Amino acid sequence: MSSLNYAAPTTVDEAVKLLAGASGLAKVLSGGTDLLVQLRAGRLKPDLIVDTKKIPGIIGIRKGSDGGFVIGAATPGAEVEANAELNAAWPGLVEALDLIGSTQVQGRCSLAGNLCNASPAADSVPALYAAGAIAVVVGSKGRREVPVEQIPTGPGRTSLAKDEFILEFKLPPRGPRSADAYLRFIPRTEMDIAVVGCGINVTLDEKGVCTAARVALGAVSPTVIMVPEAAQILVGHTLDADTLAKLDAAAQAAAKPITDKRGTVEYRKKIAGVLARRVAAIAFDRAQGKTNGKAH
Amino acid sequence: MNYVASDLKVVGTRPIRPDGVDKVTGRAVFAADTRAAGMLWGKIKRSPHAHARILSIDTSKAMALPGVKAVVTAADFPDIPSEEAFVGEGPMNFRDLALNVMARSKALYEGHAVAAVAATTQEIADRALELIDVQYEVLPFVIDVEAAMAPDAPVLHDDLFTAGVTPKPEKPSNIAKVVTFKKGDVEAGFKDAEVVVEGRYTTQPVHQAYIEPHACLASYQPDGQVTIHASSQGHFMVRAYTAKLLGMDMANIRVNPAEIGGGFGGKTLIYLEPVAVALSKKAGRPVKIQMTREEVFRGSGPTSGAWVEVKIGAKKDGTIVAAQQVLKFQAGAFPGSPIGPGCMCGFAMYDLPNVDVVGYDVVSNRPKVAAYRAPGAPITSFAVESAMDELARKLGMDPLALREKNAAKNGTKTHYGPVHQNIGFTAVLDAVKAHPHWKTPVKEGQGRGLAVGFWFNIGGESTATVHVNEDGSVTVATGSPDIGGSRASMGMMVAEVLGIDVARVKATVADTASIGFTHLTGGSRVTFATGMAATQAAEKVVDDLKKRAAATWEIPVEAVEWKDGKAYPAGSNAGAFEPLDLAALALKAARTGGPIVAEVSVNAQGAGAGFGAHICDVTVDKETGHVTIERYTAIQDVGRAIHPSYVEGQIQGGAAQGIGWALNEEYIYNTKGQMENPGFLDYRVPVASDVPMIEAVLVEVPNPRHPFGVRGVGEVPIVPPMAAIANAIKSATGVRMPNLPMSPPKVRAALDAAG
Amino acid sequence: MAKQHVTAVINGEETEFLCETQQTMLDVLRDVIGLTGSKEGCASGDCGACSVIVDGRLVCSCLMLGVEAEGKAITTIEGVADGETLHPVQQKFLEHAALQCGFCTPGLIVAAKALLDENPNPTETEARYWLAGNLCRCTGYDKVIRAVMDAAAVMRGEAAR
Repeated sequence: MSSLNYAAPTTVDEAVKLLAGASGLAKVLSGGTDLLVQLRAGRLKPDLIVDTKKIPGIIGIRKGSDGGFVIGAATPGAEVEANAELNAAWPGLVEALDLIGSTQVQGRCSLAGNLCNASPAADSVPALYAAGAIAVVVGSKGRREVPVEQIPTGPGRTSLAKDEFILEFKLPPRGPRSADAYLRFIPRTEMDIAVVGCGINVTLDEKGVCTAARVALGAVSPTVIMVPEAAQILVGHTLDADTLAKLDAAAQAAAKPITDKRGTVEYRKKIAGVLARRVAAIAFDRAQGKTNGKAH
Repeated sequence: MNYVASDLKVVGTRPIRPDGVDKVTGRAVFAADTRAAGMLWGKIKRSPHAHARILSIDTSKAMALPGVKAVVTAADFPDIPSEEAFVGEGPMNFRDLALNVMARSKALYEGHAVAAVAATTQEIADRALELIDVQYEVLPFVIDVEAAMAPDAPVLHDDLFTAGVTPKPEKPSNIAKVVTFKKGDVEAGFKDAEVVVEGRYTTQPVHQAYIEPHACLASYQPDGQVTIHASSQGHFMVRAYTAKLLGMDMANIRVNPAEIGGGFGGKTLIYLEPVAVALSKKAGRPVKIQMTREEVFRGSGPTSGAWVEVKIGAKKDGTIVAAQQVLKFQAGAFPGSPIGPGCMCGFAMYDLPNVDVVGYDVVSNRPKVAAYRAPGAPITSFAVESAMDELARKLGMDPLALREKNAAKNGTKTHYGPVHQNIGFTAVLDAVKAHPHWKTPVKEGQGRGLAVGFWFNIGGESTATVHVNEDGSVTVATGSPDIGGSRASMGMMVAEVLGIDVARVKATVADTASIGFTHLTGGSRVTFATGMAATQAAEKVVDDLKKRAAATWEIPVEAVEWKDGKAYPAGSNAGAFEPLDLAALALKAARTGGPIVAEVSVNAQGAGAGFGAHICDVTVDKETGHVTIERYTAIQDVGRAIHPSYVEGQIQGGAAQGIGWALNEEYIYNTKGQMENPGFLDYRVPVASDVPMIEAVLVEVPNPRHPFGVRGVGEVPIVPPMAAIANAIKSATGVRMPNLPMSPPKVRAALDAAG
Repeated sequence: MAKQHVTAVINGEETEFLCETQQTMLDVLRDVIGLTGSKEGCASGDCGACSVIVDGRLVCSCLMLGVEAEGKAITTIEGVADGETLHPVQQKFLEHAALQCGFCTPGLIVAAKALLDENPNPTETEARYWLAGNLCRCTGYDKVIRAVMDAAAVMRGEAAR
């Protein structure tokens, strides 16, 4: 008989108590698209699984009091993708989440799962970072709001305490001429883990000059990284050839990848530069209302 | 009888396959879907080391775990002597197979089976595996083929002395065999040549990657009789190997052919069945074993990775005067790579005066290779067809014209001996020339590649029975596992001969106790050889039916004619009788001689060789190195398509596998000799969005040695794609990609190197 | 922990089953309930052979725990046909010979049905990306995509059944 326990609490308090009181390893289950693979492979041997999907608000998309979107932590990718308003405001974030796995995986995978699995190659995470998303974290000590880039601390590791989990993500209110984009490079057209991923979020003035930018890179470091040097290159400029060349160089310089089965150091650095240019072009176009089509 | 010139009513149409509804509704029973009362779950413990001496195996803790009913190691199997087997596809030694199924003194690759358990649940079986204590002495290992050939390489087998060289070597090595083929005088040929191209090419091992993992259910009874449900390409193969490895009589083993979820050659040998039987014998209960996907990659055979050198010399007009090849094939942990066909197939498409080919079969610490679709041919052809493209460029000649100039024809003597007969290669090249794809200019920014390929196709032993049921419907049974729709083609050939609606014929696959011996499904032999047996059995039934009609009418049998499913008096002299249809004759069977049944066993000869040509257009993203297949056309001489849809399907599927082999598939090893990508996430087979529609063009040059003109079709389509794509990349970018896979990092690096 | 008791609606029938926490929905379907039409090709969500529809959403049953089925409505390949009448996707798979070995076929059909439930008029590209999580090693996808597009036309009333 199995020693693995399961609980599906219906309140935050109940969930926090279960996590705090667990004797061994307790894992939070959202969509399970990473967790179940790790369980089956024997890489993880938890004693308790806490399924958070029955907690009110953890699935769904709403507008917060500041006018920004609030996305329930366990909302499946397919539900996020189906939200037209969110798509219009944050197309980069939506397509980043949409790039995770297959249609089947989209039926389950969530932003919280992708973030807390803490893979440097997670697709939605560079887009979340670029968006400046805030994670609403709940635990025994109450509720705290944390910039998403403070959650992952290393491959498979997060800053969350044992009794904490993410309830929802808050996106900042969207001003005019603002847009985001995300691209990842993979060897096939689908179903791969990113060799490199890049998310960029920009605001432009009426002349198309960038006034604010956030640039994030995935799969080039132990965690997804923010690249402020790259963002600074964009601010004060349009996307002219010189800016693009500098952006490419900044992304390459910031990338500190490893060589593994998915790519080499040399290749990943080059691709980081290529993607930064391509993503910036999409984000700028979108911010100027030129296109809102799918990037992939 | 030969129907090639006949007006056919069923052959060439596209009826729904007899097993179709079962497969679209989820009812079809594959090996892992079988169950038995009291069934246990078997699991296999595998070596984490690439090369290690097994010092001891302690199974006591595992046996003590509640729910564990049996544990086996090599000690539970007979230690059988070396003996060449001719059971599967490609060479195999019974002792090697036994050692591959369960390691005895050494683990020879990461994933090599070392012990197995049977328990009441899968979870208990998994825990029991962890409790088996195996002590290893880790040994130096070698993965790469050239490193394995080096004089100081770690030697896998102390008793392996290179065959094919004289005198016999004094020391054992990893080179199992050297094979050579010579025709004419290659040195003189190169002296005559005005243009010479040379190149070195490498390919990586690729897995067949059938979606169904290996699985079986075995039940050992106290009287020594065994029943096995297995997913395989040959249930007679499973019976023979299992009997040999366990020292049993074949008559005591009955193998039921479960539906098979893809094989492509990879299920032409066994991994699980003897283990399941041994566990079942020890536990006294049925045992099911199913591999995980990870086990499939680590423990079952991919095809060889290889190193190939090619040199071709030609006159300025394109006439090839000399051709040379050196091939080094990885065999995996035991000898038996497809080096033979590798040496034969590369130049088989051409009429060449002077040829010299040398091949090496080399063991290394990788899983034992298994057959994979046209074994050896894709590897050798990637090299030769890339070199042919280089030759065409150097000559300033159209690549199709170069192939036409040197194409093998009827009467061409191959470098490996036989003379090509009844081949349709020039018809294939004509079809390329006439095809809109070839005639359409290459789109801006794209590149186009052409490559051709060859496979022998095989015949061999097959049995079929045709039963006329009491109501006049017909059952066809064969011994060939149906891997891609062969029941449809069997039913169609029988319906054609009997002159009845194909809907009244149902084809099945009979178990080893219910039909005569049939060689496995592979080499592209079933529609040819088993189809021949089924056709002949149907003809015997027709003869029998004519006799019965003659007896009923009391006229000589010569005066009876069989047409459109009915017996007619042959002409007015024979008498005026109402025709007797199958149902009427079946109804009277008891009074006219009893059951109407015919069984035919053949050893079919004259499998017509197959030739194909593929045209491929690509776009290369020069910044990322990503290659997109924009358009793909595969043209092949199929002899005669019995069911054209399934023939097209073979061609499309083979081409898609070749696209995967070309672009992304490879075994990636870490520094410890362990596979890094044993799953579909990082072993990247093509997904639906990776490929375009693949146009299959069927050229029909009938094979006169088959009643309907059939040639095998399943192997050829995987031969040309790698070179077709490499040639298209060259055309798009100017860069030659000699190393597979042509993955984005490699393409980008090659582009960077070229400036 | 004792086995979990779960009640779900499977292919329209209320079904109760007992399972252990670590058993996936695929384990439950195949080994507990005996619905073996859903296949295990990878157990890691990479092949799609175990595809089922849960509350209207396509998922890999190998990436869902059996206990999560509580209160859900699940459609497996065994529930795609309407009694004796095949679903248009099933019928078109037969007519187009969109299967060879048939092992990936149940997952592909369930996934294609989910596609057409959501998007009755997909482009070829949309169909290919939707089905990218369903590996087929036999067909090269050509006839599969043709069958799905033809089934879509039938369901829209634009082509004959």
